[in-house]
Amino acid sequence: MSGFLILCLIGLIYVVLYQISRSSEMVATIQGEEVFDKKRNKILAWSMMVVWAALMIGFYYCHQYMMPKINLIPASDHGESYESMFLVTLIMTGIVFLITQFLLFWFAYKYRKSDTRKTHYFAHSNKLEMIWTIVPAVAMAVLVAVGLKSWFKMTDPAPQGAMQVEVVGKQFNWISRYPGKDGKLGSRNYKNISDQDNLLGLNWNDKDNKDDILIPNGEIHLVKGKPVEFIIGSRDVIHDVGLSHFRMKMDAVPGITSRIWFTPTITTREMQEKTKNPNFVYELSCDQMCGKGHYAMRAIIIVETQAEFDAWMAKQQPYYVQTHPEAAPAVPATTPAEAAKDTVKKLTMNNN
Amino acid sequence: MGNAASIHTHEVHTHHDHAHDHGDHHAHHEHKQHFLTKYVFSQDHKIISRQFLITGIFWALAGGLMSVFFRLQLGFPSDTFPILEKFLGDWARGGKMDPEIYYGLVTIHGTVLVFFVLTGGLSGTFSNFLIPLQIGARDMASPFLNMLSYWFFAVAGVIMFCSLYINTGPASGGWTTYPPLSALKEASMGSGLGMDLWLISMALFIVSSLLGGLNYIVTILNMRTKGMSMKRLPLTIWAFLFTAVLGVLSFPVLLSAAVLLLFDRHAGTSFYISEVFIAGKALPNIGGSAILYQHLFWFLGHPEVYIIMLPAMGMASEILSTHSRKPIFGYFAMILSMIGITVLAFLVWAHHMFVTGMSPFLGGIFVLLTLLIAIPSAVKVFNWLTTIWRGNIRFTVPMCFGLGFVSLFISGGLTGLFLGNSALDIHLHDTYFVIAHFHIVMGISAFFGMFAGIYHWFPKMYGRFMNNTMGYIHFFITFIGSYVIFWPMHYEGIAGMPRRYYEYGAWESFKQFAELNQMISIAAIVVFFAQILFVFNYFVSIWKGKKLTDPNPWNANSLEWTAPIHPGHGNWDGEIPEVHRWAYDYKDDGNGNDFIPQHIPLRPGEDGH
Ligand code: HEM
Ligand SMILES: [Cu+2]
Ligand SMILES: [Cu+2]
Repeated sequence: MSGFLILCLIGLIYVVLYQISRSSEMVATIQGEEVFDKKRNKILAWSMMVVWAALMIGFYYCHQYMMPKINLIPASDHGESYESMFLVTLIMTGIVFLITQFLLFWFAYKYRKSDTRKTHYFAHSNKLEMIWTIVPAVAMAVLVAVGLKSWFKMTDPAPQGAMQVEVVGKQFNWISRYPGKDGKLGSRNYKNISDQDNLLGLNWNDKDNKDDILIPNGEIHLVKGKPVEFIIGSRDVIHDVGLSHFRMKMDAVPGITSRIWFTPTITTREMQEKTKNPNFVYELSCDQMCGKGHYAMRAIIIVETQAEFDAWMAKQQPYYVQTHPEAAPAVPATTPAEAAKDTVKKLTMNNN
Repeated sequence: MGNAASIHTHEVHTHHDHAHDHGDHHAHHEHKQHFLTKYVFSQDHKIISRQFLITGIFWALAGGLMSVFFRLQLGFPSDTFPILEKFLGDWARGGKMDPEIYYGLVTIHGTVLVFFVLTGGLSGTFSNFLIPLQIGARDMASPFLNMLSYWFFAVAGVIMFCSLYINTGPASGGWTTYPPLSALKEASMGSGLGMDLWLISMALFIVSSLLGGLNYIVTILNMRTKGMSMKRLPLTIWAFLFTAVLGVLSFPVLLSAAVLLLFDRHAGTSFYISEVFIAGKALPNIGGSAILYQHLFWFLGHPEVYIIMLPAMGMASEILSTHSRKPIFGYFAMILSMIGITVLAFLVWAHHMFVTGMSPFLGGIFVLLTLLIAIPSAVKVFNWLTTIWRGNIRFTVPMCFGLGFVSLFISGGLTGLFLGNSALDIHLHDTYFVIAHFHIVMGISAFFGMFAGIYHWFPKMYGRFMNNTMGYIHFFITFIGSYVIFWPMHYEGIAGMPRRYYEYGAWESFKQFAELNQMISIAAIVVFFAQILFVFNYFVSIWKGKKLTDPNPWNANSLEWTAPIHPGHGNWDGEIPEVHRWAYDYKDDGNGNDFIPQHIPLRPGEDGH
């Protein structure tokens, strides 16, 4: 019923608009096209200035509304260089934007049709063309130079001694793996994968795997101030490790290993205080369309102090031991998933 | 030479009762022509262009409606809408759409707007309509291939449409359809039959666009009337030429990408698949590269955005000049910048792939080349601004859309500079920032070029005007509305909000945008209804619009306005006019007019262009 009413209303609006439009053309014939056109042209010229003003006020209002909603504090060293580059780009494009948008609407208004003014026949000027080729070229050179400097810094090999974490995507969640005591991630083969007891297809006859810690829900613990390298892969389709707070991102492609590294600079708890949001968490989002559950492919990242990290790590049990109970020591620990939940709870409780 | 050739084709391919004797009023002939050959399987470029346009309008409405549906989901994730169930049936039981169909709609929306509307509907319509009329030819070089080009397009559309109604739903991996998602039917519902239909439809579309493109190039190069040297061509024609060149060189690459994908899907090959474990088992495929597809796709994909943009740029140039009564500024600079864009468009594709793990050094090269392409774009903007400077502007509807085009092109082009810099793209990639960038610069701005073109050439197409008042309402709502929809998306992208999400409620980092998403959805619905007003105006005006009394209603210089109000198949009754000057002589002709059409001989002592 209400749907029907809405349809009627919409229909009515169209009919009214159509009638108005018809009658305004009628007025034109009565008043004489020329008089009418002149009047209309003036109104439209004015409305160009109004549109310009509306845009500018709109942009300002939008900015005021949006800024408080955005977390602008970068949580990594790369994030800081991202922010400064963003600012440089914003200033350069912002100046061009304001000038050109103003000139466009101002010229439109100023040079509206007039019976007294003759148009200025002006078709070429090599000098002008040179100016507006060279100035943007110089501006681009600056942007490229600044950009590539940060880019090569970000994509350099990870520094010696960086912590390694493997992050693997699958439809539709993340799995993370730590190298364990030996500091080495063991080899894996997709043919060994089993959803029951070998999520990543680890080669059990590789001894480096025996102490690896695997976290099925993808939770990742990082240490503040310690560089970390993500070794990224995928089990099925392309996913993408999106780390918006750290201003980093890398595709997870089946059959290919990709890497990124960065240094977290703010712990989760510090960020909760800075943002005055006790529920704040670093989130890992999937940023590459991967199917039905893409929008829910979420994992949590916890940045903490070395002591907190060590305490957490001490509670983890190697995946090998979990999946091979016969090889387990006498006292089984909590499963990693439960342990992970625990830490999240603790963090939020601390702040309440 | 050109003349003789075109008359010849004309004789061969039209009915004997529609002979080359154009002395009579054409209407006599047309009565005798069968409806099917005149309006359906027509070989007249003017009819074909209208077929492209009306098919494009259909797809724009369909694609627009899809966006309204998925905006309902994004804006009101916890509400239900019975209307969704009416349209989507079991896909939206109880009025709440499934993620599967959400992704299906997003995918088909992107595909049809990019390919069917802004490629087929834009360049198909205007290249067909304007090339023969503006260069002074009786028809295309091959009217028959031209007709085939439309029918391949139409069939591609039918197949795409059918894919909406199959059990497993349409393709749903995004308009870029990256494998392995699109290669493996286990990976998603839409990767089943829907994906095959998508690939077949695209293949047919590519054939259509190749047939069209070759025809446009040959026609422009060979069939210009006497005196119409390349440097007297209107910029529209230059733009269509480069568009066709881009299409002819890049579409075949997409075709090969599609064929390889079909092999991977059905012939057990491993071009794009390697080491995949899916649906509980490990696939045997090893050694393929999923990234290969992305290279092939974007080798077309980036030129494709300029295939969309160039015709809009050409038409905007023509329209800004005509309605400000001033020559286009920097005619040669405009051509050079189009050449620059055409060449560079082939050299920047990997800027869509900065975060695929490609070599950072290569990434650096692509940053450099990508930012280079901003230079010709900037040159064009400054030339447009100088074109209206000290003009005598008539705010006709096409002029308003032309100005809107420039504003949007500036806004969207500038955000490209953020994305082109890999160090920024590493955060902004696949967020709403990209959505904002390409909708403003390609979606809306190209649409504005297209609307400007439709309002400007409607009188030539139908011998009637569209209603002005409705045109202005359409302009203001669409212009302001588009900024309202897309501008705030930049901020969402800066916050890292990923694109192609069905819901954000569970995300601590993105859920604060719920209210904003709602506002955007409402604006999108309003803008959609404004487009219906345009469609309404278009169709009513075909039969009810104010009739043309003067064959040159805008006092324009280019050749199409010298043809009769209702040109027959062959365009000019009698001889094709000879051209004596460039297309932009907007100056005093000595008799109180402010324009001198191209077919008027130079006055003694007057400088040619
Ligand atoms: C000033 C020049 C421009 C630059 C530097 C530029 C740069 C870029 C970059 C780097 C991306 C990739 C962003 C990402 O996915 O992370 C992108 C995306 C895109 N650009 Fe531009 N762009 C420019 C102008 C244009 C124009 C004129 C058009 C259209 C006519 C356009 C259409 C697109 C489209 C459609 C996409 C997104 C495709 C997708 O991922 O679905 N761009 N642009
Ligand atoms: Cu995903
Ligand atoms: Cu591109």
